[in-house]
Amino acid sequence: MNNLSVKHLIGIKDLTKEDIELIFQTADSFKQVINRPIKKVPSLRDITIANLFFENSTRTRLSFELAEKRLSADVVNFSAASSSVKKGETLIDTVNNILAMKVDLVVMRHPNPGAAKFLSERIDATVVNAGDGTHEHPTQALLDAYSIREQLGTDFKGKKVVIVGDIKHSRVALSNIFCLQKLGAEVMVCGPTTLIPKHIHELGVKVEHNLKKALEWCDVANMLRIQLERQDIQFFPSLREYSMQFGLTKELLDSLGKEIIVMHPGPINRGVEISSDVADSKQSIILQQVENGVAVRMAVIYLLAAQINR
Amino acid sequence: MDKRTILNSRHFEITLRRLASQLKENHGNFENTVLIGLQPRGIHVLARLRSILEEDLGTEIKCGQLDITFYRDDFRRREQPIIPSVTNIDFMIENLNVVLIDDVLFSGRTIRAGLDALLAFGRPNRVELLTLIDRRFERHLPIQPDYSGRTVDTLSSQRVSVEWVEIEGEDKVVLYTESK
Repeated sequence: MNNLSVKHLIGIKDLTKEDIELIFQTADSFKQVINRPIKKVPSLRDITIANLFFENSTRTRLSFELAEKRLSADVVNFSAASSSVKKGETLIDTVNNILAMKVDLVVMRHPNPGAAKFLSERIDATVVNAGDGTHEHPTQALLDAYSIREQLGTDFKGKKVVIVGDIKHSRVALSNIFCLQKLGAEVMVCGPTTLIPKHIHELGVKVEHNLKKALEWCDVANMLRIQLERQDIQFFPSLREYSMQFGLTKELLDSLGKEIIVMHPGPINRGVEISSDVADSKQSIILQQVENGVAVRMAVIYLLAAQINR
Repeated sequence: MDKRTILNSRHFEITLRRLASQLKENHGNFENTVLIGLQPRGIHVLARLRSILEEDLGTEIKCGQLDITFYRDDFRRREQPIIPSVTNIDFMIENLNVVLIDDVLFSGRTIRAGLDALLAFGRPNRVELLTLIDRRFERHLPIQPDYSGRTVDTLSSQRVSVEWVEIEGEDKVVLYTESK
């Protein structure tokens, strides 16, 4: 099987285990490519890609753009802040106008859950979801799992991963849960009761409210950012109180009696969910995640573009 | 399917030794020369030539493996994308003489892609091409080998398969013809 089972990447939920493994295998090759003196291959020289960002992003947008350029695709960028969206244009109109300029593939981030699926059903181009509201962020989950695979080996069976923090508002958490479970890992979520969705155990994840217990259980801790921009009411008394209960500090890490891997999807609120010395420690693979992000996104775009009809 | 053996294991060995001698004639002690095998099948030719040459010369020869998947010109033109193999070149080829090595030369498109892929590792002084089998009359591009084990005249509907003792159990080259 050399083809993905999907035409668009909307969410990890739609992928099979074989899809994920194919993406990882392809990403291995691209990782070699981006570590060469000339970091570019000509595969996608006849493909045009539009990056539509209706929500702020640094890492993801840069990472996608680099991935596309290293595949030699032509790239156009669009961000909502400086566009006609402000004048009242609808999503479909905006996208159709961009597609009229002959774009083959659309990478989109949007504040509304389901925006990527909505778009994929209505336009004649391949859609890659770069985050839709609180729903999914599939490429982040893929690069997180790819980074874990690099540290712990290709077999995820029995590997224990805890996702700590704002699970309720996190598309990274949901995509990570789907991805890790498909690969065979065990997943736990940890955070204050108010930030854990009520029925999340139905996804087959463990729930824990004590950070120390969660860390003692796991091999990998993925620390999520507190998404203040999505919190319309107050979910915990203060950032200080949150960080005292759920912030990962060096003392806590050293008290575990084993070495765990620390991850963070970025951007980091230093001193809130993770202290500076942990973020910069050798157990942290935060910057490897960013490097792997480019390789994984190259793999996703390469494999999806392979299915675009000429 | 009609089967005809073009090279049996004895001729296979003789051919490889001849190719090695020709390389030695042109490159001496391989001080400024690297051998690069093309994935997936050219690396077996490389491995054999390397062991013959290293045994003869008593020194190590710089070798690498090059995968050309991302440089192909038929991306999105074939049904299934090809799974890439490993590129393993841990040196720069700047100013070196490069011998590209593959098993069968057919349309020349793989070699074209190989030349492209090579650029990522620097500007070579000179690039030569060695193939075990040259299917002449089937070329799509103006590419010819500098060293060729055996030249064969084939139809494009025929298939040439190079088999190795390590993989298929016997060294031989077989020509397959679709029977009518």
